[in-house]
Amino acid sequence: MDGVTGTGVRATARIVARADGRGATSLPVLEGEGPLALRRTRGSGAEARVTVVGAMSGPLGGDRFAIAATVERGARLRVGSAAATIALPGQAKGEARYDVRLDVAEGGELHWLPEQLISVKGSDLYVTTRVDVAAGGRLVLREEQVLGRAGEAPGRLSSRLTVRVAGAPVLDQELSCGPGAPGGWDGPAVLAGHRAVGQLIVVRPEFVAEPVVARMLGECVALTPLAGPAVLVSALAADGLRLRRVLDAALGELGG
Amino acid sequence: MSRAALLVLADGRFPAGGHAHSGGAEVAVRAGRITGAASLEEFCRGRLHTAGLTAAALAAAAVLGLEVRELDAAADARTPSPALRGAARKLGRQLLRAARATWPSPELDAVAAEFPKGAHQPVVLGVVARTAGLSARDAAYCAAYECVSGPATAVVRLLSLDPFEATAVLGRLAPEVDRVVDRAAEAAREAVDEGVDALPAASAPLLEIGAEWHAGWAVRLFAS
Repeated sequence: MDGVTGTGVRATARIVARADGRGATSLPVLEGEGPLALRRTRGSGAEARVTVVGAMSGPLGGDRFAIAATVERGARLRVGSAAATIALPGQAKGEARYDVRLDVAEGGELHWLPEQLISVKGSDLYVTTRVDVAAGGRLVLREEQVLGRAGEAPGRLSSRLTVRVAGAPVLDQELSCGPGAPGGWDGPAVLAGHRAVGQLIVVRPEFVAEPVVARMLGECVALTPLAGPAVLVSALAADGLRLRRVLDAALGELGG
Repeated sequence: MSRAALLVLADGRFPAGGHAHSGGAEVAVRAGRITGAASLEEFCRGRLHTAGLTAAALAAAAVLGLEVRELDAAADARTPSPALRGAARKLGRQLLRAARATWPSPELDAVAAEFPKGAHQPVVLGVVARTAGLSARDAAYCAAYECVSGPATAVVRLLSLDPFEATAVLGRLAPEVDRVVDRAAEAAREAVDEGVDALPAASAPLLEIGAEWHAGWAVRLFAS
């Protein structure tokens, strides 16, 4: 950790998953930093599991957090987190940043399933998630945002999620909500009062030969094939609990 | 080149098929989310700052000469709903057809040959604007304005809303259209150096989800 400065905390965590040649996955790099502590947890079969443990609450205003994970050829990695990430107002001025960079090589598989991101009143966070999946790589990624704690107004939350497969963009989505966001974010075209918004993206080479058909999985839940070997489930819900239920059901529908 | 070309291109009567689409307003009316002028205004405002900004920047970038195929792929990635991707390509094809008759050029012929099923409408709009001698900002204005005028016109039919009230909504949104065009044009200039990833990707979850619901209806007034 670069330490706590007048501009906030900077912390970067790195994970590299490698096929060990004996049918399992090793983690030659597992480096947490400051508030981003990493724990290797019990895996199953060929898969290694990592849990991001939030040793401090955050990110606060001015903080810059980053996580980078690389899944090498033939490796299998599942990453979760021990608790929700809570964006809080900070002493330092300016927005907090949280940047996630994920790379999956051919024949690699990544399940990126963090707990929810909760935007607390007065906070200001910009999250970017950028995923590069090589041809023949596999991905399951869940992103959940909850606007405000129970009964509370949200902070400012902006996010961008970009997924490329074999170098071609399949998904590029930005969402900006809360005080100071461009007008209409809570209106009838964007969120219409829903306080939890989530996306589940699944990349599988099999989708080329067997494309998934678009369908509604609920009143505000759509499963859609993207322009590439990927599927997106996009969901809005009243709260984080209902959102999780919907996304879990969707993942079940896609065969886990 | 003629300044009046902008009026020809932006005219709602330009035969490019836009009148058959509600921009998500039909589904919002059915869901009870648009019930009158006030909720129409919030709907249009949300659409303007999300899908409108994204479309305006794509159009402006096409005027500045970014690769059409790359812009079209960027538009695909910014449109997760297959129903909306289909609608955007259909509208792109119809716009190209009308534009080739209006401003014949080898550049438009080349786009038609490369995209027989149509390219995304905002990208085509940019190429057409350039052919007609218009600027990146002009193209961004066409895209941003169209993204609010479409739903406003549709809601007049869907709710029998007073056309004066619908037009007043557009009048109140005009300063915000200006701001969105400024942002779109700026992003397009950045994309010239940094590539298409520099273009905004602002999205509206309910527009995407609603479009899929709408596509499944047996009977509907608008195509999207």
